[in-house]
Amino acid sequence: MGILLFLEQLLNGLQLGTMLFLMASGLTLVFGIMNFVNLAHGSLYMMGAYFAATLFQLTGSLLLASAGAFVGVLILGMALEAIILRGFYHRDHLDQVLATFGLILFFNELVRMIWGPQAYFLALPEMLNGSIELIPGAPYPVYRLLIILIGVAVGAFLYMLITHSRLGMLIRAGASNRGMIESLGVNIRILFTLVFGLGAALAGLAGTLAGPLLAVQVGMGDGVLITTLVVIVIGGIGSVRGAFLAALLVGLVDTFGRMLLPASLAEMSIYILMAAILWRRPQGLFPAHG
Amino acid sequence: MLKAALLISTSIALLSFPASAAQDKVKIGFISTFSGPQGVLGRELLDGFNLGLKHLGGKLGGAETVIIQGDDQAKPDIGVQLAEKMVERDKVDVITGINFSNVMLAVAKPVLESKTLLLSVNAGPSQLAGKECHPYYFSISYQNDNVAEAMGQFLAAKGVKTVYLMAPNYPSGKDQMNGFKRFYHGQIVGEVYTQFNQPDYAAELAQIRQTKPEAVFYFYPGGMGINFLKQYAQAGLKSEIPLYGPSFSLDQTILPAVGDAALGAFSTSFWSETMDTSLNRKFVADFEATYGRVPSPYAATAYDGALALNSAIKAAGGSKNREAVRKALETVKLDSVRGDIKFNTNHHPIQNYYLYEVVKDPKGRLTNAHRSEVFRQHKDAYFESCKM
Repeated sequence: MGILLFLEQLLNGLQLGTMLFLMASGLTLVFGIMNFVNLAHGSLYMMGAYFAATLFQLTGSLLLASAGAFVGVLILGMALEAIILRGFYHRDHLDQVLATFGLILFFNELVRMIWGPQAYFLALPEMLNGSIELIPGAPYPVYRLLIILIGVAVGAFLYMLITHSRLGMLIRAGASNRGMIESLGVNIRILFTLVFGLGAALAGLAGTLAGPLLAVQVGMGDGVLITTLVVIVIGGIGSVRGAFLAALLVGLVDTFGRMLLPASLAEMSIYILMAAILWRRPQGLFPAHG
Repeated sequence: MLKAALLISTSIALLSFPASAAQDKVKIGFISTFSGPQGVLGRELLDGFNLGLKHLGGKLGGAETVIIQGDDQAKPDIGVQLAEKMVERDKVDVITGINFSNVMLAVAKPVLESKTLLLSVNAGPSQLAGKECHPYYFSISYQNDNVAEAMGQFLAAKGVKTVYLMAPNYPSGKDQMNGFKRFYHGQIVGEVYTQFNQPDYAAELAQIRQTKPEAVFYFYPGGMGINFLKQYAQAGLKSEIPLYGPSFSLDQTILPAVGDAALGAFSTSFWSETMDTSLNRKFVADFEATYGRVPSPYAATAYDGALALNSAIKAAGGSKNREAVRKALETVKLDSVRGDIKFNTNHHPIQNYYLYEVVKDPKGRLTNAHRSEVFRQHKDAYFESCKM
């Protein structure tokens, strides 16, 4: 493998990783703090893509469409939490899996009814559609670089939020001992709704960013959900730092695996990675619970 | 929810017709993929079939026709359950609509054993064209390899020396590449099979750029095709290495969702929305007026399926004498939006294959424009091993 190709694949791996991080950060927070399994996380990703595609057709501005989709999925997530999911916190995981699996079917059918089964088109503005030669001799799509930047920015933002803000303190406290912060008088209901909304909005952002790269279509979130679950298990459930590292790791292993391994083995590479890590560290890389 | 609604509506439809009245109705079991990421395929097929039925006044061979719809969810076991129910309980005359080859292979056994006519309007697995061919099985569409064979032939004749192949890692992906290689004898500089429904192709595209082939032949139907085309253009490869594919990679389930990314790509097919036969002009215009979108080859073959059943049932004097319908289908003249087609001895079509280029129509939409004829009255590679 030439050095150019290696560097280009490195960027590809990072880009896939940052994309996964946007999905995984929300899911791991909800899982870690609320002890709630949300399979419908992929549906929120899909809704983000559809909101953005629709707003883009109406306004013609990708920035407006992205912002609108972010707020839209934030509100959708908080409403979902307040109306339906809140009732499942005290049920066991199997009930939660069933309920949120039902939501996947619901959202897929809803999208089919509103937008139809045909894939939806989300274009890129000319400015983002080209490639630049970041590494001489290996042009790289501008848009994929933008995704890496946004992913890193979101990572930095979450780091600041969690380690240096009051909300972050509550989130950390909630992740390590939920009962204690409740008895200290923190309004856990509002905290949960906020965290769920934040996680949903990040999934929506991931969907929005995926829109110009991928087919915006029914069920687009189902596949990415599985990879996301692998990421949060590797990273340690509840840990945003773990999710970040695991996402990059999975992105790189998947990208280089597809290049270096035969097809059938490449499909398994991230699961082999997961098995290897869990063998040494059954709680994942950075478990949030002590 | 949808399934429950379907079940209820089907039951109501069944209950509201007394058994005696149902006797002379033609019953069609329409099994296809209506849900999930591939749900658009079932929709195309059913809309095409329904439009054919509408043009025939809702009647096949002059008899009232009911369609019983089933969603196989792209799963062979569910397809078999639906087919068995339709054959045993609903006593359908024909089963049609199936789009996935693995579903077709699973469904074929129970349906054909019951001597129910199985008409493929899409899937064309090689098994059913060769050794496992059956008197009650017909494919009005094609045999899976054919469309890719045409592209292999075209690129070989064009003198393209190096080709890079890409397809999803599942049986039909391999069939397409084998079909291509049957007629293309230049150098294959890369042959990559990606995970089925893989969303991102950045790593593979970087490899293509390094290999610098003269052409890329790729098979990615539906959403996979949309992803691939968009990313190919964004990687700046579109202007460097031309794309060639079977029509499944560049049809109207894909083109409206990719913007200009597909412009200038080439495909081979037995049909395109621009095909200039009088029946096709009527079909495309009415399809667009009825459903608000341009039809794909899926819809076209399903439309032809309805016309073929009509002719056969008319010639047999009703749908209840299945042997007569089957025999009629073998010999009857087929009205087709594709112009001149007929069944080979293995019940698969002998038809022409053409080269198309993706261009913009006067309304600014992407469309497949006719460029040349590649195969005239082409037969599949398996008919000689079919003994009926």
